[in-house]
Amino acid sequence: MPDRSGSPAPGRRAALAAALLLSVVAACAPVEEGADGATSTDASAERTLTVFAAASLTGSFEELAERFEDGHAGTRVEFNFAGSSDLAAQIAAGAPADVFASANTSTMRRAVETGAIAGEPEVFARNVMEIAVPAGNPARIEDLDDLARADVKVALCAEEVPCGTAARTALEEAGVQVDPVTLEQDVKAALTKVRLNEVDAALVYRTDVREAGDAVEGISFPEARSAVNDYPIAVVAESAQADLAEAWVGLVTSDEGRAVLLDAGFQAP
Amino acid sequence: MTGTGPTSGPPRRGRPAARRRFPWLLAVPAALGFAFLILPFLGLLARTPWSTLGTRLLMPEVRDALLLSLGTATVTTAIALVLGVPLAWLLARTEFPGRGIVRALVTVPLVIPPVVGGVALLLALGRNGVVGRPLYEWTGYSLPFTTAAVVVAQLFVAMPFLVISVEGALRGADRRYEEAAATLGASRATIFRRVTLPMVGPGVLAGAVLCWSRALGEFGATIMFAGNFPGRTQTMPLAVYLAMQQSPEGAVVLSLVLLVVSLAILIGLRDRWVGTP
Repeated sequence: MPDRSGSPAPGRRAALAAALLLSVVAACAPVEEGADGATSTDASAERTLTVFAAASLTGSFEELAERFEDGHAGTRVEFNFAGSSDLAAQIAAGAPADVFASANTSTMRRAVETGAIAGEPEVFARNVMEIAVPAGNPARIEDLDDLARADVKVALCAEEVPCGTAARTALEEAGVQVDPVTLEQDVKAALTKVRLNEVDAALVYRTDVREAGDAVEGISFPEARSAVNDYPIAVVAESAQADLAEAWVGLVTSDEGRAVLLDAGFQAP
Repeated sequence: MTGTGPTSGPPRRGRPAARRRFPWLLAVPAALGFAFLILPFLGLLARTPWSTLGTRLLMPEVRDALLLSLGTATVTTAIALVLGVPLAWLLARTEFPGRGIVRALVTVPLVIPPVVGGVALLLALGRNGVVGRPLYEWTGYSLPFTTAAVVVAQLFVAMPFLVISVEGALRGADRRYEEAAATLGASRATIFRRVTLPMVGPGVLAGAVLCWSRALGEFGATIMFAGNFPGRTQTMPLAVYLAMQQSPEGAVVLSLVLLVVSLAILIGLRDRWVGTP
């Protein structure tokens, strides 16, 4: 059957050539326009801003992205939400990021030290810890001291991740000795255990409690002041579009950006 | 069923296979497949800080995690053998309504992401779960966050490997030996013990090794269902993941420790019980 298998090829080749030609024409078009109008070609070209951000920023950054795209026609904002240290490692390994927003200053400091960051990071929000309890608070937790009760099952974050460090600082400040049943790998995992009512309480961030909605209640405590997490943001050194990246940082640190972040449970720096 | 045609007499001679030409057509994809499997491991070796390997092995947290991993994986495999071999036997040798559905359900844990498996276990056996809630209300016992929960998570994820391999071995075994034993007056228990098990022995062993290895590497279901607490539920994969949050080098060393110990055990067992391959 060599004849049959050969026959569709010319047709396919023609289609391919046509597609190629079309794409060449499409690629040329904005350049000509730019030459006529004497303005920069950037305005009409599709641009993508890539933001690497701590997972706790998901809701507020997605909302800000919509406003950013409205204000910058032809621009799309893409996110990579993950744990801050994972993101820093990815950027150090050459991941194509324009902006990095970290959930703590130590991870950002390490990124600055490796030369991955351009300029000075700026703190744009802070997050405080709360006690998260299942809806209805079955174990009747009122403050940090209750977490030390023998009948209370507590989930904390592992000390290797930021929320674990913050939890330990707060507990030390309060002088409370807690014997947790588990040291979770991140704040969402700790919150899942609360949501499923498998633990009576967990120490998580206020923004996570807010995001969890009705399934989880938050209890604030005074010692949280000693374990505040600062969120710094900076433009990545390797960014090919520093102007756009600066504009994003500008929006996040503006009054408009702050209002969105406050709404999500963050505090102003 | 392969190679046991009903017309061939019992004592058959193998063909002189050694004189055949080397199968190049198979060798190329086989070499590619092997290279693909081994390449990430080479990457791991290239980044290993060898000088700290010994000291890490002696750190109490690492030793605890390693012992917990080896212990739980072994208990898991033992339970999987007790529950999984009969299940495989029923699937391979009996007819009952819905057998196809049962077999498909057995493979469900292979398909779903282990983290989802962990959530499912919490919803079933957690203190708020379908089975776990009455248990908690009557006895005050709650399974999550205990070492037993580590075994349960591993069993859920690893037992299907054993069931599938043993079922395959049972289907491949020649049933005429069992029939012959029956005509000679052996009881069903004797036939199972003296005829069936020795025949499918290699398949059971392979299934047990697969099950043990999968249990040893289990991460998602374990961290979701059993949580992470050093000495109680923190197995090696959990320790590796958390080490990764601070120092990738530390995580690489821990992974190698797990790899070296498990390979040593598997190779040691192979030489002892199976003889040379």
